[in-house]
Amino acid sequence: MTSAVKINNLSVVLGGQVNALKHINLEVPEGKITGFIGPSGAGKTTLIRCIVGRLAIPKGSVEVFGLTSGSPKLRSRVSYMTQELSVYTDLTVIENLTYFSRMIGQSRRETIDTVKDILQTINMSDKATTLVGCLSGGQKQRVSLAIALIGKPKLMVLDEPTIGLDPALRENLWQLFYKIAASGTTLIISSHSMDEARRCDELVLLREGKVIAYDSPKELLHKTETKSVEEAFLKLVSEKS
Amino acid sequence: MTLIKTFSTAGRVLRQLKHDPRTLFLLFIVPSVLIIVLKYVFNSRAESFNSIAPMLLGIFPMVMMFLITSIATLRERRSGTLDRLMTMPISKLDFVLGYAIAFSTVALLQAIITTTVMLGLLHVPVMGGTFATIVGAVFAALLGTALGLFSSAFAMTEFQAIQFMPAFIFPQLLVCGLFVARDQMTKVLQWFADIVPLTYSVDAMKQVTTQSNWTYIHTKDLIIVACFTIAALVLGSITIRRQSKP
Repeated sequence: MTSAVKINNLSVVLGGQVNALKHINLEVPEGKITGFIGPSGAGKTTLIRCIVGRLAIPKGSVEVFGLTSGSPKLRSRVSYMTQELSVYTDLTVIENLTYFSRMIGQSRRETIDTVKDILQTINMSDKATTLVGCLSGGQKQRVSLAIALIGKPKLMVLDEPTIGLDPALRENLWQLFYKIAASGTTLIISSHSMDEARRCDELVLLREGKVIAYDSPKELLHKTETKSVEEAFLKLVSEKS
Repeated sequence: MTLIKTFSTAGRVLRQLKHDPRTLFLLFIVPSVLIIVLKYVFNSRAESFNSIAPMLLGIFPMVMMFLITSIATLRERRSGTLDRLMTMPISKLDFVLGYAIAFSTVALLQAIITTTVMLGLLHVPVMGGTFATIVGAVFAALLGTALGLFSSAFAMTEFQAIQFMPAFIFPQLLVCGLFVARDQMTKVLQWFADIVPLTYSVDAMKQVTTQSNWTYIHTKDLIIVACFTIAALVLGSITIRRQSKP
């Protein structure tokens, strides 16, 4: 299996004080959903920022599709949904999508088609002309995700995409993630919710900047002889400490 | 850098403003109202008002655009939209010039309204004419936009961004020649006035007021303002980083 992301001995110290990541070695497989799971402060966002190239890498290396992370050639192949909404709340849904589509380099014609497709995908065609600031939290989250879908990226990096959503909406989003992964796109999804972990193809359990497990959910439960990812996480934590 | 992305960014900023009619109202109306108020402040001294009012056209657009741009850019930095944009195939100059084009368009409209009020309604005599007055006001606004973009990099919150007004703009306002002629100030302040851009913006307006022809000094003043604007835009784009240090 080919890797979308290869991380070698990555260590990051934030502000010269906090050891956010310690000697991370990982290979994220192409075309799968890989979950970065861990409590707040585990290093998920720092790891994600290294992968999308927003954080300079002081020690170790991160390669995405064989190129150093942050390389200009990756900018049209990797999309990033930040933990904040990262949308213009004083623009309508369609204005947001159109703007980001143009920034990715799509022509006017492509933009019209893309925006129409994406609005249908996220089931928000009826809200196209609504100001994002007037939408509910879940709808705003979907607009933010929609922007990450523009240009059919090969890798989508989503930082806590389902945070604060009700179970029905979360289920909807996960169905969408499966659909995207089925089309060959690699997804990296971070979450602090252990419930979401079982939905991923591969799991990276993080704690205090270290990878404490990297397996499929099934294998993880088998190896730890537990019944849920939460139990597995707690067992691994107690073993390590 | 691509023109399509630059103009798309400018269009996006203008659309944001379009959805905020209150801001537009304040932008377009406040300078005119202030000039009208000033006329009645100098009620019995029409000559003083006539010499000060055109200079204010070199100051108001700069101050307002400085505030608006620094807060708008800070909002981009803090809301995550800039974070997202910097992972996309857009150059930093596309972003910075997009803002500059959008706000200079707003400044042009603001200048037209304020100049119309000043020359048409209040009958302030400006020897250089309407066109030169509007050009001066637009240059001042562009300078404010560029300085706002640059200064926003040093603010962490909107509160700090607003505090840059007294720190960045007020000292320039004090020494630019609006209150006291520059040659009457102490030497140190004269030197300071010589190296800050607002001095040249106000000087350009003085030329418009007193000279009927486009003078060499007027051109020189506008070139200096333009140089400061370009330098601030370049520095502003440098402060936007694709990669932050851990």
